[in-house]
Amino acid sequence: MNGLSKGMPRALLEKAWLGSFLAAAAVWAAAMIYSGGQGGGQMLGAALSFSTFFVIVGIGQMLIIATGPGNVDLSIPGTIALAGAIAMKVMDGEDSLIVVGLAASLAAGAAVGAANYGLIRVLRIPPIIATLSSNLLVQSTAIAYGRGLRVKPPPAFADFTTATVFGVPVLALCAVVFAAVMAVVLARTVFGRSVLAIGQNMRAAWLAGVAVDRTRLLTYTLSGLFAGLCGALLAGFSGGSSLDMGMEYLLASIAVVVIGGTSVAGGKANVPGIWGAALFLFLLLTMLNTFGAGAGVRLVMTGLIIIAVITMAGGDKPAR
Amino acid sequence: MLATLTSRRFLRSALPAISLVMILLPIFYMQPRTMSYFGLNLLLNLAIPIALATMAQMFVLTVNDLDLSIGSYVSLVACIGATWLQQTPLLGVAALLACIVVYGLLGALVHVRNLPSIVVTLGMSFVWLGLAVLLLPTPGGQAPGWIRTVMTLKTPMVPFPILAALLIGVLVHFGLMRSSYGAVLRGAGGNPRAVARAGWSVLRTKVTMYVMAGIFGMLSGLSLVGLTTSADANIALRYTLLSIAGVILGGGEFVGGRVSPIGAVLGTVTLVLAGSFLSFMRISPDWQIGAQGAILIVVLALRALINRRGSTA
Repeated sequence: MNGLSKGMPRALLEKAWLGSFLAAAAVWAAAMIYSGGQGGGQMLGAALSFSTFFVIVGIGQMLIIATGPGNVDLSIPGTIALAGAIAMKVMDGEDSLIVVGLAASLAAGAAVGAANYGLIRVLRIPPIIATLSSNLLVQSTAIAYGRGLRVKPPPAFADFTTATVFGVPVLALCAVVFAAVMAVVLARTVFGRSVLAIGQNMRAAWLAGVAVDRTRLLTYTLSGLFAGLCGALLAGFSGGSSLDMGMEYLLASIAVVVIGGTSVAGGKANVPGIWGAALFLFLLLTMLNTFGAGAGVRLVMTGLIIIAVITMAGGDKPAR
Repeated sequence: MLATLTSRRFLRSALPAISLVMILLPIFYMQPRTMSYFGLNLLLNLAIPIALATMAQMFVLTVNDLDLSIGSYVSLVACIGATWLQQTPLLGVAALLACIVVYGLLGALVHVRNLPSIVVTLGMSFVWLGLAVLLLPTPGGQAPGWIRTVMTLKTPMVPFPILAALLIGVLVHFGLMRSSYGAVLRGAGGNPRAVARAGWSVLRTKVTMYVMAGIFGMLSGLSLVGLTTSADANIALRYTLLSIAGVILGGGEFVGGRVSPIGAVLGTVTLVLAGSFLSFMRISPDWQIGAQGAILIVVLALRALINRRGSTA
């Protein structure tokens, strides 16, 4: 029953994240063969662009999921919508206000995250319900705040979010660096080790002197912060904020974390896997698109693949 | 007498009813016309499908699992109800039965492979939604006449939604809380190992609960399409979160098989009324979903307070 006793050996863990990249490559190759090698580079570019946003929120979600069963952030969609609206309103289309706007949306995201942990810790509300309730509140705030908002992003910000170097999106490069930094943070810092220790056994971690409260507060704050960042960038990327732009991230953020090899039972995190999973999911949809499959088939396939991945990976300990 | 009234147990189980009254009284005060047969009917109509979906979620929660797919499942059932069930009833019934079988298989898969239900049902939510989109790409269809007749029933004296909600709550209460197999089912959530040692099959309890969820999800979808008369693939997606909220609001816990069917029905009705409450308060509809979040937080904060007081006393 215990996650520790049956902990995957390291080699297998590494294979888990390699798998998601291999799957992504296989899907891309299949689409290439079907289309006769047309537009392969463009497809990769688009995959990198869109995956960037999933990676950013996915890493925050991963930190929370890694702290153990029941921990999950359902407030990501609302936070993305609110942060996007705040970024656009504060920037007001002016290049000179980009930094202020970005800071404001990050602060809003972090505040939502910290408030989430406040609900969990002070009011003893289960994380799922706490983040679900705060998502409703934040979403309402975003609706009220962003009503009639028709602000375009500042030109420099829009250019930055859509810029490419040799066909590779700049934002994706930044996200690769970001993921690498977070991988080091997870493996080499006290905070990262504390997250994994809490995920394996919260009480044992506490007895061993891990600052459980501070670490958990930080995971929720970081998840909010990353969702805020994603919201601001997404608004710049898509030429303005919209209230439902965070919707798909509710389930997708969990999906990339799980397909990427992070254990829902906690204590096992995997950063590179998130990149692989995000690319895989996007390329899969693109592939089905080139095959001429409709929206329904694409959804069914996505679902079946999530179930297939988790069934193959197996659960050494049920999270719920 | 006073001791029982202020006991932790009593306060906990009374909390859902108290929150419902707290939200119902201001509505009655501000708009006395809602107290009529017609007013209550209008106010509570949509509570029936949500209450049924909440029951479905509760069955899954009882065995320590969580169903993130119930919303898209209800949507799919509504789509089946508005298309196949109307045009080719046999095919419709077969499809609905197949859905319930799939639910049972999911329960078996989660148990046998020891999988996190949250991920499996997350995957299923995409599958159900995809099937619904395939079946009904654009909103439309028509509900079969008999379902509409049932859903617009004019019951004497007490409006139909109230009777239906009561019936749902009481039926599930007796099935799950008062029957002997109900105790085993809840025990499988409380301590699966003990239930297994006592000779019961935990696999069977899981499958039973998932099948029950499938059945109640189906009833939810059919009652919904009976009210709206047409369907679309996204019609009930919000039910997933609403149903979890309803169970928890009604006194359920995430682990340990601690649930309360009647509380869950009351919790659902409270959440449904939150919207009307705001519009009677003349608060912008922007805050409608926010109010549901606020109610959840307030009620759970109260419960935490009761628990803490009880543990120190």
